[in-house]
Amino acid sequence: MNRVEGRVKVTGLATYAAEYPAENVAYAYPVQAQIAKGRVKRIDVAQALELPGVLAVLSCEDPPRVAEDADPELALFQRRDVAYRGQFVAAVVADTYENARAAAAAVRVDYDPDDHDVRLSADHPGLYRPDVVNPGFPTDTAKGDVEAGLAQAATTVDVTYETPVLHNNPMEPHAALAFWDAEGRLLVYDTAQGASGSRAAIAKTLGLPPDRVRVVSRHVGGGFGAKGTTRPQAVLAALAAREVRRPVKIALTRHQMFDVTGYRTPTIQRVRIGADAEGRLTALEHVAYEQTSTLLEFAEQTAVVGRVMYATPNLRTAHRLVRLDVSTPSWMRAPGECPGMYALESAMDELAYAAGLDPVELRVRNDPETEPEGGLPFSSRNLVGCLREGARRFGWERRDPAPGIRREGEWLVGTGVAASTYPARRMPCQAVATVRDGDFLVQVAAADIGTGARTALTRIAAGALGVAPDRVHVELGDSDLPRAPVAGGSMGTASWGSAVVRACEELRRDGREGRADTTEEIKRDAELARHAFGAQFAEVRVSSVTGEVRVSRLLGVFAAGHIVDAKLARSQFLGGMTMGMGMALMEETPIDEEFGGFLHRDLAQYHVPVCADARHVEAVWLEEHDDALNPMGSKGIGEIGIVGTAAAIGNAVFHATGHRVRELPITPAKILAPRF
Amino acid sequence: MKPFEYARATGPAEAVRDYTPGTMYLGGGTNLVDLMKLGVAEPDRLLDVSRLPLDGIEEARDRVRVGATVRNTDLAAHPLIRARYPMLARAVLTGASGQVRNVATVAGNLLQRTRCTYFQDVTRPCNKRRPGSGCPAIAGDHANLAILGASDACVATHPSDLAVALAALDAEVHVTGPGGDRIVPMPGLHRLPGHEPERDTVLAPGDLITGVELPPPPPGASLYRKVRERASFAFALVSIAAVLDVAADGTVADCRIALGGVAHVPWRAERAERALIGGPATGEAFLQAAEAELEQAAPLPRNAYKVPLARNLIVATLEELAP
Amino acid sequence: MNITLQVNGAPRTVDVDPRMSLLDLLRERLGLIGAKKGCDHGQCGACTVLIDGRRANSCLALAVAVDGSEVTTVEGLASGDDLHPLQAAFIEHDAFQCGYCTPGQLCSAAGMLGEPGPSAVTEDLTVDPGLTPEEIAERMSGNLCRCGAYVNIVSAIGEVTP
Repeated sequence: MNRVEGRVKVTGLATYAAEYPAENVAYAYPVQAQIAKGRVKRIDVAQALELPGVLAVLSCEDPPRVAEDADPELALFQRRDVAYRGQFVAAVVADTYENARAAAAAVRVDYDPDDHDVRLSADHPGLYRPDVVNPGFPTDTAKGDVEAGLAQAATTVDVTYETPVLHNNPMEPHAALAFWDAEGRLLVYDTAQGASGSRAAIAKTLGLPPDRVRVVSRHVGGGFGAKGTTRPQAVLAALAAREVRRPVKIALTRHQMFDVTGYRTPTIQRVRIGADAEGRLTALEHVAYEQTSTLLEFAEQTAVVGRVMYATPNLRTAHRLVRLDVSTPSWMRAPGECPGMYALESAMDELAYAAGLDPVELRVRNDPETEPEGGLPFSSRNLVGCLREGARRFGWERRDPAPGIRREGEWLVGTGVAASTYPARRMPCQAVATVRDGDFLVQVAAADIGTGARTALTRIAAGALGVAPDRVHVELGDSDLPRAPVAGGSMGTASWGSAVVRACEELRRDGREGRADTTEEIKRDAELARHAFGAQFAEVRVSSVTGEVRVSRLLGVFAAGHIVDAKLARSQFLGGMTMGMGMALMEETPIDEEFGGFLHRDLAQYHVPVCADARHVEAVWLEEHDDALNPMGSKGIGEIGIVGTAAAIGNAVFHATGHRVRELPITPAKILAPRF
Repeated sequence: MKPFEYARATGPAEAVRDYTPGTMYLGGGTNLVDLMKLGVAEPDRLLDVSRLPLDGIEEARDRVRVGATVRNTDLAAHPLIRARYPMLARAVLTGASGQVRNVATVAGNLLQRTRCTYFQDVTRPCNKRRPGSGCPAIAGDHANLAILGASDACVATHPSDLAVALAALDAEVHVTGPGGDRIVPMPGLHRLPGHEPERDTVLAPGDLITGVELPPPPPGASLYRKVRERASFAFALVSIAAVLDVAADGTVADCRIALGGVAHVPWRAERAERALIGGPATGEAFLQAAEAELEQAAPLPRNAYKVPLARNLIVATLEELAP
Repeated sequence: MNITLQVNGAPRTVDVDPRMSLLDLLRERLGLIGAKKGCDHGQCGACTVLIDGRRANSCLALAVAVDGSEVTTVEGLASGDDLHPLQAAFIEHDAFQCGYCTPGQLCSAAGMLGEPGPSAVTEDLTVDPGLTPEEIAERMSGNLCRCGAYVNIVSAIGEVTP
């Protein structure tokens, strides 16, 4: 189905957060810390205040009032301590963007710097074991005896993979526009992946009752997790608007986004696998080393994939964190599963070579009956089907496994495979369906960040009501609507759709209105392992002259329950795979060990794939019937597309060249390295 | 961005006459406006030269004169350039994006500044931006910086593709300035950093590039090739502009090699050229020539890959050009 | 400074700060929010508009420097209620997700269709190549799409090419 908001998006009428009209609007521009650790000694705003158009400067010299229990990344200007380079230490509010930005450059900040530590390593003395990893998984698990399993294996691999800092880089920079009314109520147009959650976070930060705050996010220009938690711009706009008693707008620059809107933690992952002579796993161990900040604990669930993927009697997974003088990592598309499956699926490829087995066959042989850790039955699992279908479509049976032997001129050609997985969750949600002018109005505080939520929910509601989609109008992106969970964790459609179906069912019974809250329904969900699976196949060409890698074919086959809408689903899968290609070959934000903070804070240096990179990307799926998920029978699809892509490409690079690169991204420098 | 005055120049001579310290000439703005937003460039006054009548591409006997304000797109699309200087057209087409090429001028392309991380960030030291403040790139982020001709003060690279092709073609840059008109032969426009990395070129304050003159295309076959990890819209890790003319007896009659992404200047590989001319046009000779050139390389830990990359690129390009 | 532009066919005279980009002028002063600010440095293409018929990054154009120009934004592509064929094709091919890069993609495509000459992937420089998918992909590489709709963007534009 074509997107219901397609017309406003192609005509330029879709309104994003910074774009709402506002009379007498002022502009805020932040001042950022230039040390990685220490204290602000003094902030001199005298010069800035004399510049044209300047209305106010906010800083720790006169801290704005916020709640004492506010999230430390959002409690702006409350403390003199600097936790990372780039942290907001002040902000200028002025009548125009140009004046605000010029005045911000004139704010003088004196620091008392301390020595900083921004480098993650697997032997860092500060490594510790967090109590849980996101979003509540056990930090470590163990069953059987990994050492014994490895000792009895016919083949083993013991390999370490590294992934760099990655930035979500949605195309729309984080922005907010805040208005206070005469009664002290706050309206924020925010770039949020969930209006309900953003309202709660802003209200908590400012110490306001949630009903005095409204957040509107009707169109969001991508997020990929970066807008899943409230970011400083929303709070800054509210504080600045309160200070100058005018509406205040702030749109972060691309550079600032790198500093304060989250990123994927770098990881160091050691994977040990043993297999018997038939290729059946005798042991699997996956340990992930990651970073967090001194402000907050963010423990990415990188090693949890081993708990889901393959049958083995001996299984250990573990996570270790270190607190560094960095901004807090946050969600980026398939947090945990994405970097974790890069390591696990690369290691499985290494095992296949070590054992002399086909990598598709190796995975098929180790497909488990029940979830390997914990033993829960799967609600449905079609990894084997995806592998077989992908192999058939890709022409896998014609593949000679020998690495480094296919050449077209200077170009070495290789193919690789990797599996994908992502949990299928849902969260409590409310929705209301009413009859309006003979048609149907469905309201839910969902978010459409490009996933097609508006369209998918229109289709789901139309199905539940038994009417044509053009008779359904879905309203979302507003915290005044029935409360809804975030567009994240691939659970948006499952969560919102459940509530929408129940509201529509109620409307059919009532004839006028249906209200739903799925809290109780979800409590009754059976205890099952619910996951989507997939298989990705890549063909790469690697220049033996330059080390350049080009992806000539990328195929994803997914099993993700009932696909609500084929057109939207294909786009989601392709988008995830394209981002995965970036992770494999080009994306990386280097950390500045000397000065702290990130180097490469723009899109000329942080490369994401361009149109010419994504030439032959294809996604298909197997239709699954799974009644244990939600009324739609759907599994989320926003994230699984990026899971496994980097491993499939890395495995193809090995097949092409015979050289295994174990640190992403796989750049010409790393391809050429063994030739020195 | 610091406030500034804006004025449009009425002619090249008038622009030079109007020049005062603190003035910068504005061409297409695709780099200057970018640097002004970053606070790297802080002119008091912009003198817009982009509409000066220097936008022609004309044949003058066996040479071609390209005006300074010719947009990159128009340069690459011009029949004379495509037919006679395909290497130049290719170099331009690999640069930036369609949007940027539509606006960026020939002179501005040559005068664009390095994309070194530290140069572009006013909160970190950089000798090029703030002489004497230090060069953190040497111990830090230099993966895409220079392996040839760098100094203790600066390891920046020049980012232009166009300049690399012009260096291989022995193009002449026409300059007018307070000291009168003069011609600067390529690759002599740009200079090595030495102890004055703040100076990218040999131009003096107030100098204005009015055009570029292309001598007759050298005999032989030519190629421009650019290496980057993304398929398009990226600066070169290393690039090469090469011309090779092989005589009937199989010896190299003439050879021009210029490298991009390896130095503060478009690097004319003169040692390699000298090693090749008069000798056999064989893969072995190409390798020896490349190695002779790269003996001078002084790579840093994270850009050492550029040495084998440049070597491979020279060899593969010459092999492709050899009959 | 006072400047006058023809914006989507209508003359607009505005007093601007010389520091203001054309993009900020469109978005903050003229109420034309179609052109998007994605990077503000010419690195993403979301701000692409047509200046005197040619696609350009409006973030890198100072408003004062384009005084006297004709500017077409995404709001000016359709004729009344009739979508430009590119706009219709983008909807049909699902050539966008979040929609933030879309106005820039559309203006870029509209400009690209009128750009003669070879590209970096053209084999023979002496003839103008047809707009094959490979040519379209190269020519559209100045417009980033983080949602990764590239495959659909190429097919949408391919449908509109002559």
